[in-house]
Amino acid sequence: MHHVVVERWSRGASPLHGLDARSKMGALLAFLVAVSTTPPRAQLAFLAYAALVVAAMAASRLPLGGLVRRAALVLPFSATFALITWWSGQPLRAAALGETSFLSGLAALLLIATTPLAQLLAALETLGAPRILILVVQFLYRYLFVISEQAQHMRLAAHSRLGAAGARGLRFDAAAGALGVLFARSWERADGIYHAMLARGFTGRFSPAVHPHFHPADAVFFAAVLAACAGIRLVA
Amino acid sequence: MHIPDGFLSPAVWATLDVLSVPAAGWMAHRAQSDTEDRRIPLMGVMGAFVFAAQMINFPIPLGTSGHLVGGALLAIVLGPAAASVVMTSILAVQALVFQDGGIMALGANVINMAIGGILAAWVPYRLWGARWRSAAIFTSGLLSVLVSASLALAQLALSGMPMPRRLLLVSLGLFAASGVLEGAITLAAVRAIERLNPGWVRTPAKAGSRMAGVVAVAAVLVAAVGILVGSAAPEVLEHLAASFGVTAHVPAWLHAPLADYEWKGLDSAWLRRASAALTGLALIYGACALAGRLLARQRSA
Amino acid sequence: MRAARVIEVRGLRYRYADGTQALDGIDFHLEAGECVALLGANGSGKTTFVLHLNGLLEGEGSVEVCGLPVRKDTLADVRAKVGLVFQDSDEQLFMPTVLEDVAFGPANLGLGPQQAAERARKMLEQVGMASVIHKAPYHLSAGEKRRVAIAGVLAMQPEVLVLDEPTTFLDPPAQRELARLLASLPQAKLIVTHDVEFARSLASRAVFFERGRIAGEGAVDEIIQRFDWRPRF
Repeated sequence: MHHVVVERWSRGASPLHGLDARSKMGALLAFLVAVSTTPPRAQLAFLAYAALVVAAMAASRLPLGGLVRRAALVLPFSATFALITWWSGQPLRAAALGETSFLSGLAALLLIATTPLAQLLAALETLGAPRILILVVQFLYRYLFVISEQAQHMRLAAHSRLGAAGARGLRFDAAAGALGVLFARSWERADGIYHAMLARGFTGRFSPAVHPHFHPADAVFFAAVLAACAGIRLVA
Repeated sequence: MHIPDGFLSPAVWATLDVLSVPAAGWMAHRAQSDTEDRRIPLMGVMGAFVFAAQMINFPIPLGTSGHLVGGALLAIVLGPAAASVVMTSILAVQALVFQDGGIMALGANVINMAIGGILAAWVPYRLWGARWRSAAIFTSGLLSVLVSASLALAQLALSGMPMPRRLLLVSLGLFAASGVLEGAITLAAVRAIERLNPGWVRTPAKAGSRMAGVVAVAAVLVAAVGILVGSAAPEVLEHLAASFGVTAHVPAWLHAPLADYEWKGLDSAWLRRASAALTGLALIYGACALAGRLLARQRSA
Repeated sequence: MRAARVIEVRGLRYRYADGTQALDGIDFHLEAGECVALLGANGSGKTTFVLHLNGLLEGEGSVEVCGLPVRKDTLADVRAKVGLVFQDSDEQLFMPTVLEDVAFGPANLGLGPQQAAERARKMLEQVGMASVIHKAPYHLSAGEKRRVAIAGVLAMQPEVLVLDEPTTFLDPPAQRELARLLASLPQAKLIVTHDVEFARSLASRAVFFERGRIAGEGAVDEIIQRFDWRPRF
């Protein structure tokens, strides 16, 4: 499954993996701003940006082919725009559209593929994301696969009772009933979780999270990327 | 309805990313203040439930099937602020873990689905849920999809996506069908849930004035669709206006700023379009805020 | 010797919201270091009873933990003394990683993040789960989850361990591991179980529940015999 691959990548080890998530997020932002504001005629700039991305991919020790293929998933959409722009007589703008979209997607993918969700969430919290949102994402992610498996089992069990009539799956009301049951089990699960929390002394507020430390290497990385992007952008 | 990366122009997705921060933050603040931390696991589990529920297929005519989107169900079960936080979490996990829906387009998706969609679902239920329950629940599902989809299409149009009239009409038709499906599924789901335990579904307060409700809902809908049409096919609006004999009487100062969807005063083209987008969104927020104030007055009455 | 009784229940009654009498006058005691098995049919009130021991449910009658009456103002202390291991490990392990989950209890007791993590590490070592410290609970097997749950409860340094159907979903090797682990722990133990062999290997005494009452109490073998509780096919 797709998500399993990216999640596995995020738990790897490399210079890029080891950097603080905030530093990587800042670098991504600088890159995105630079790329999206670069005038289309500065095609060499896009080459320079691509070089930056290639360097980052090398530092991530992740399979290049895999990364490029996943980022390329966005191309069919932006390609439509690009083609239309090309036909309306603006080839450079068209090229820029494609390049911006692909490079941005690749850079964003690199962030996700080298940072486990927990670190991303911790970084977002340091940057001011509301605690309730972070906690809800945490619980959502924790129970996502558990409940999805339940839904999958319910589907299989229902389908194995459908026989010939089951070509189109469950009837409308049967599907609604299945939803109701899944909801009920989910709600009861939440009650169970609450009991388990109380049983281990939950006092009403979640303890604040431990925040990661920022190291000199992180600052250096961010500064370097910022300088590189600014440099390319200004020269363009 | 999720907008992937590569569809929106940088001006549009960047603006929406910036706008979504205070919007989502405000919803989180509201959720935090009217919820104890004990509800947080429930909210997370409900988010996981919505994900999983999307695997259950509902057969529809034409031999295909649809699934629950979930915004309306969340709003009805958890209330608007908590539902908004849960929806935002769902979108975040979809973008960051599954890369479904763009990472840069996350702000746009949050505004369309976690803010617009949830509020559009809450208003009918809040106003009519006590007396015209089934109709209210159905409308919640319908509006939630219509508003989210219209906002998304408007953003695409603003990003320069070519929008011939036929495509626009087909899109609107598809949105309507999708909305009807969501309304039906949401209604069936709420009924099934209530059969198991009526306590799980929030009861809306006493019915508010029907008129205020109609006005609020209409405002939200008109704003969303209006922006969509205005951004994509301004000539459609002008044509409509002409057929009502209105153009001649529209004052120049009202006509000029919005008609071509650009503020003349600003220089750079993308800045103009971005401010147009901002204005459009401000209209939506204004409509929702108005609805909110009307509701508040009803409550205290 | 009353002082050595870690759990003392007298005349406990509890009625569900729909009116059914779930518990109808329970008298029960547990001594320090003792291991007691709770047997009985499904729906006989075993789990309902156990939820009263740490105040998750409140009924009529008296429940005392290490001499403390279980009341609203003593809940924090009671919950530190009674460690409840739930039947569903997925509901018990609700944090994103094993370490964070085991540290949850100590953190609630007031330990700082470093100390809580330290204690969590020690407990995980004690149950043999030090290798999965950073894993997400979703990736653990049923047996591993059970042991992590026990670590999470041990981290509160309780006097009593209460386990609700701990062998659920465990294969025989995992069941043996669990029995070995529990036998090595000095705390008093109350084990709700259908697994007769498991009960025999660990418990010195058995209590038999029937429709909300205790129908019999005595040596494990004796109770199994009296109520014909051994599965025979």
